[in-house]
Amino acid sequence: MTGRNETVHTEGQKHAFEPKIIAFVCTWCTYAGADLAGTSRMQYPANVRVLKFPCTGRIDPVFILKAFQQGADGVLVSGCHPGDCHYIAGNFHARRRFAAFRKLLEFVGIDLGRLQFSWVSAAEGGKWVEMVTDLTERVRHMGPMQEFKELALEEQWSGVIDTPELKEVYNSI
Amino acid sequence: MSRIGVFICHCGENISRTVDVERVAAQVGTLPGVAFSTDYKYMCSDPGQGLLKKAIQEQRLSHVVVAACSPRMHEKTFRKAVESAGLNPFLCEMANIREHCSWVHEDREEATRKAIEIVGMMVERVKKNRVLPTITVPVTKRSLVIGGGIAGIQAALDIADCGHEVVLVEREPSIGGHMAQLSETFPTLDCSQCIMTPKMVDVANHPKIKLYTYAEIEHVEGYIGNFQVTVRKKARSVDEDKCTGCGVCMTKCPQKKIPNTFDRNLGMRPAIYVPFPQAVPNTPVIDRENCTKFKTGKCGVCQKVCGPGAVDYEQEDQLIVEPVGAIVVATGFDLYSIEEKPKGSPIKGYGEFGHGKIPDVIDGMTFERLASASGPTGGKILRPSDGREPKQIVFIQCVGSRAREKGISYCSKICCMYTAKHTMLYHHKVHDGQAYVFFMDARTPGKSYDEFWRRSIEEEEAVYIRGMVSRLYQKGDKIVVMGSDIAVGVQVEIEADMVVLATAVQPQKGADTLAQKLGISYDKYHFYSEAHAKLRPVECATAGIYLAGACQGPKDIPDTVSQASAAAAKVMTLFAKDKLEREPIVAKVREAGCVGCFYCQKVCPYGAVEEKEIRDRQGNLVKVVAYVNPGVCGGCGTCQATCPSKSVELDGYTDEQIVAMIEAL
Repeated sequence: MTGRNETVHTEGQKHAFEPKIIAFVCTWCTYAGADLAGTSRMQYPANVRVLKFPCTGRIDPVFILKAFQQGADGVLVSGCHPGDCHYIAGNFHARRRFAAFRKLLEFVGIDLGRLQFSWVSAAEGGKWVEMVTDLTERVRHMGPMQEFKELALEEQWSGVIDTPELKEVYNSI
Repeated sequence: MSRIGVFICHCGENISRTVDVERVAAQVGTLPGVAFSTDYKYMCSDPGQGLLKKAIQEQRLSHVVVAACSPRMHEKTFRKAVESAGLNPFLCEMANIREHCSWVHEDREEATRKAIEIVGMMVERVKKNRVLPTITVPVTKRSLVIGGGIAGIQAALDIADCGHEVVLVEREPSIGGHMAQLSETFPTLDCSQCIMTPKMVDVANHPKIKLYTYAEIEHVEGYIGNFQVTVRKKARSVDEDKCTGCGVCMTKCPQKKIPNTFDRNLGMRPAIYVPFPQAVPNTPVIDRENCTKFKTGKCGVCQKVCGPGAVDYEQEDQLIVEPVGAIVVATGFDLYSIEEKPKGSPIKGYGEFGHGKIPDVIDGMTFERLASASGPTGGKILRPSDGREPKQIVFIQCVGSRAREKGISYCSKICCMYTAKHTMLYHHKVHDGQAYVFFMDARTPGKSYDEFWRRSIEEEEAVYIRGMVSRLYQKGDKIVVMGSDIAVGVQVEIEADMVVLATAVQPQKGADTLAQKLGISYDKYHFYSEAHAKLRPVECATAGIYLAGACQGPKDIPDTVSQASAAAAKVMTLFAKDKLEREPIVAKVREAGCVGCFYCQKVCPYGAVEEKEIRDRQGNLVKVVAYVNPGVCGGCGTCQATCPSKSVELDGYTDEQIVAMIEAL
């Protein structure tokens, strides 16, 4: 175990850029896998924030866009292995959806290195650690994700119509 | 405005060692909407929960976030505590700062920062949580059992003995299934009929069991606790209430040349018949396809000789609707038949083994009938072709099974043991005979199973040859069996008098059609799929439907009986309550937005999405929208991610809640 700690993450080492990673995981396999990494006291970078879903089938691609927009530099989506879905086939629907969605992201020019899809079972604490570490390292090298943050700024500008003055004007029309 | 209470747990030192819990509590306390935040050594302990309840009441908290271990560990604990303090349990969320934070990081600064963010995310989420009422579904405490073999009988008796009504539906004119056909059973060699028939009689006499034989499932509607099952009771042509079972009709029937399917076509039976003498019910049925009266209109002997006047040629199929709360499927198996290969079947067949062409090449079940004391030969092992006793007999195992190239890759599980039994029965009946067995592997896991198999070799003188048979052909009145003994590496040729094929165990014909009626899933061989191969082996993914016996996969009698009792126990668990309570994590349709595309219906793995008509006051149809049956919904949320108009929402995981979490980053 100590060998793994040394190779995957050197504690205390400061980096110029610490990326934000959001993980969308299903509760039955990957969330439990991440729990196992915890109970086994494995170590990994503190950059990941886990969002729990009942099933990867519930994960709307819009959430991934939203995450990037809100400042995530990397997104991880992970659920049960094919055939192991707690809900029979949710992960198959997710797989199809994300296969198409990846293409779309590629088309609009998102570096797919920032997005990772994977299967992590409840027994694969080690795989979870490896995956989070690799993705963090990769995104660290890629630097901050700017494109969508700019979009978010634009949205804020358009949000200005909510001022009381403007509302009054709108109401009077 | 929400008044959120945040409780940070030290978990002894498990969390506080790496996370500065006081700082987390202080920092989180400044978030908008947070009215109270504190930290405590052990939140899950009694005083910890007391603290939580007291704070809810004193601080008039509207929502609660407990930052502690994984929700998989203590979510239930805290939701219960919250509920006892008068809040809806679904207004409580857990932030996982142990497994996902303090245990996986060493840097105190980093871990504390992460913990603050995790708790902040959950605070934003919980603000959007809604009050969710527990869903209750009424339960009809009656159960349907499909299939009257040993699996169905065991399940029906177990449920009925607990005092609940059972509707048992059997396709054949009598219950008993395959077990009634067997001669002796491994590994004890007790007579199958001797242990089976008393159970059949128990079923017939049980006041809580309603038995439909010669009946099939026509249609199934509803969901767990509330199924409406339509049973087609086929016309028996004999009034069950009047018939005394005297059997005069059968002896007088002039048509006596119909192959007896119960005896694997070895014997003959009349057109009005009971499948076997110990049949339950002992009421004959007229085989209308072969009856002279039905074919030509002439005859009518059975009606004339019937004292009580039970024979009724005018009888018609009856459709009966039975309300039940649970269904046990126990439709059993059939033997793979080389001769009748169903059209479109992926199975290629074994032309080279001559089954169906050479009369003395039979399958295992036919051998059972030959060996059975109540069989067509009275228990004597005789060749179907000339009635002579075979002196050299060859058993071939794994015919069909474990042959990927032929279309079946699974092991049929029972053949190793029943072939060993057959060699013993043969040796007991034909003392000067010799049995040979061609086998790939002997698979004998089970109590006293390996000892039994060894006995067939060491005491009953069966010769086991490891290797497969390549070809067999008729030569005079002998069957020449050619194969290889791979243990010694030589070719073997045996001139046999009879060959018995251990053909593969397959699901019953029509297993797929029944599965579609029930809305349960099946594998590529049409064996029914259990909800979880290890932890839910008797439940279907469809709630309220349970599996027993070989319809789920090849099984021997002990395994079948165990599974049947397990299925009955599951039914009893369901019936233990008057109302079903379930987590309200279910999808709901926003009808105003629904455009009726029914993509949700296509992706729903539970078949929970129904069509609902929306009508105006005049009764004109406005539109058809989706409706999610909360009793059936499994709560995966695939429908929500699929819905193009965002009109279906999974309670507890709404877009609002998730976006709130993402925005809290």
